[in-house]
Amino acid sequence: MQLERTTLLDAYRRMRRIRVFEEKLNELVTAGKLGGFLHLYVGEEAVAVGVCLQLGDGDFVASTHRGHGHCIAKGVDLGGMMAELYGRATGLCKGKGGSMHIADMHKGMLGANGIVGAGIPLATGAALTAKLKKTGGVSVAFFGDGASNQGQFHESLNLAAIWQLPALYVVENNGFGEFTPTDFVVPVKDIATRAASYAMRSEIADGMDFFDVFEKAGKAIEHARSGSGPVLLECKTYRFKGHYVGDSLRYRSKEEAERWIQTRDPIARFESRVREARLLEADDLRRVDREVDEEIAAAVAAAEAAPFPDVSEVTTDVYVGEA
Amino acid sequence: MARAERRISTGQAINEALHIAMQSDPDVILLGEDVAGGGRREGEDVDEMGGVLGTTRGLVKAFGPERVRDTPISEIALVGAAVGAALTGLRPVAELMFIDFIGVCLDPLLNQAAKLRYMFGGKARVPLTVRTLTGAGMQAAAQHSQSLYWMTAGIPGLKTVIPSGPRDAKGLLLAAIRDDDPVIFCEPKGILNLVEDVPEGDYEVPIGKASVAREGTDVSLVGMGATVRLALAAADALAKQGVSAEVLDLRSLAPLDEEAILATLAKTGSLVVIDESTPRCGIASDVAALCVDRGFDSLNAPVKRVTAPHAPVPFSKRLEDAYLPSVPRVLEAVRELGIG
Repeated sequence: MQLERTTLLDAYRRMRRIRVFEEKLNELVTAGKLGGFLHLYVGEEAVAVGVCLQLGDGDFVASTHRGHGHCIAKGVDLGGMMAELYGRATGLCKGKGGSMHIADMHKGMLGANGIVGAGIPLATGAALTAKLKKTGGVSVAFFGDGASNQGQFHESLNLAAIWQLPALYVVENNGFGEFTPTDFVVPVKDIATRAASYAMRSEIADGMDFFDVFEKAGKAIEHARSGSGPVLLECKTYRFKGHYVGDSLRYRSKEEAERWIQTRDPIARFESRVREARLLEADDLRRVDREVDEEIAAAVAAAEAAPFPDVSEVTTDVYVGEA
Repeated sequence: MARAERRISTGQAINEALHIAMQSDPDVILLGEDVAGGGRREGEDVDEMGGVLGTTRGLVKAFGPERVRDTPISEIALVGAAVGAALTGLRPVAELMFIDFIGVCLDPLLNQAAKLRYMFGGKARVPLTVRTLTGAGMQAAAQHSQSLYWMTAGIPGLKTVIPSGPRDAKGLLLAAIRDDDPVIFCEPKGILNLVEDVPEGDYEVPIGKASVAREGTDVSLVGMGATVRLALAAADALAKQGVSAEVLDLRSLAPLDEEAILATLAKTGSLVVIDESTPRCGIASDVAALCVDRGFDSLNAPVKRVTAPHAPVPFSKRLEDAYLPSVPRVLEAVRELGIG
């Protein structure tokens, strides 16, 4: 697979944005500057970017409680996201959603979601919209290994299969559902095999390898978009930061985490691959690094300077007609 | 100019509203268990079933199986997908066969449809309608007879409406489908076969507006769905005793027409609310609380609630009859107020 230089730079930029954004949030929460529950996407960047790089604004994404990465990969504005996390009036959701409900309908981003598995039927319905309105769009549900035990997962896959919807189900198997190892609660070795119950096509990708995700997601998206039916794509990945900011991580060994971080980091692997193949130079990457750092610093500064919402906003936006 | 009217049942009125809604807006789709042909494919006799009570009969023939979709018995998928479809540009009407089944698909309603607009800062809309059968009286027992509209009415972001007969059923359903917020449209089993004069053509009954079903001066009887019929029968009986009862049909449980409730209370000074649901945390309690909170100066007597008991719906006809609010119980409540 040969990717254009601009595509590679774009991929790297999106992964870096996610990494730096999340590291910054970790710092801000630890310093007591941000409130709420935050679930960071660090370590899983190749999955969101490998998939979303191949989607347009007319394609839908339904996300999870660990949703910042999907938003950034889908092109959602960093400033609007940061302001939302600060609970400011300039936030994407006017400060009413926060980390677990960031959404941007103009980008086809149907929201992070605080309920495990709940984005799956939403994406399925969005795929029905694409099919009936003949938009040529596809709809992607991201969710974790834990969500694959939810009824919402199974019922949605069944529905998508019988209706041959243009849907892609991306399970991010990061080895843990909250604190419990996946193999403790999932009897099958590969979650991808669950697709067989629905006569659905499935694929397994190395979620720590951008190129593998990109290639397999690309085929899956093409399959769904062409009307050949939905696909379940399992990406094997790892949560570098634990379940949420403040997680003591007592349920997993330091050695295990270090091994993943030192040898499988998707951004480091991307860099060695493109540099070894002389596709991008160190200078290209460092320039992106600087630009991303500036972007995020600007987002933080703007968010901190932004006003809080007026308290009258507590009861607005409940109904369209404000009944 | 008055519209031509003819006598049709509530079920037929709902069917007519669905035809009109689908005809007037290509984004309106129906989905639910057996709402089309009971799984028959296009070209086969897809017209036969039209749902468990035949309410959607004829729609698949008129609009095709792409827009009138039989689903698996899989409520979380069908309601959840309907929410996702509504969020992205369709105007789905999902059928939840009995409101009792809400337990297996509550999340898409409680945490998604109801909250997406708010959580997204007003940058989304979910024009979803969920049609669902409510109420007892058919010996359907504890899991097919509940009146759980108090549950959906209590969730901010959802609207809940309940017609008391065919005329309102047609207009309320058209309003619900065209509303840009998620609406739970209750179909009380007890009124589905009720026949009444219904206007032809397209008209809407506004959501959030109660209606005075009968004018009176001595006592207000407030009902919703099938209990409006009960209130009207009780009013007839009271008239024979020389008591003039006003009957208020709530029609919309969320939003609740508080002004209409306070207006009838101000007129009569006493109020009985009749709700076939269980008594705790319910519509009857809401109405009573409203009267005390904002209508205290109008009250000449306590507010009376006539509801089902705090118990599941029983099967045996004798037990079910005892369970449900009845005309004698309404009359008893009025007597307790010192009227009649």
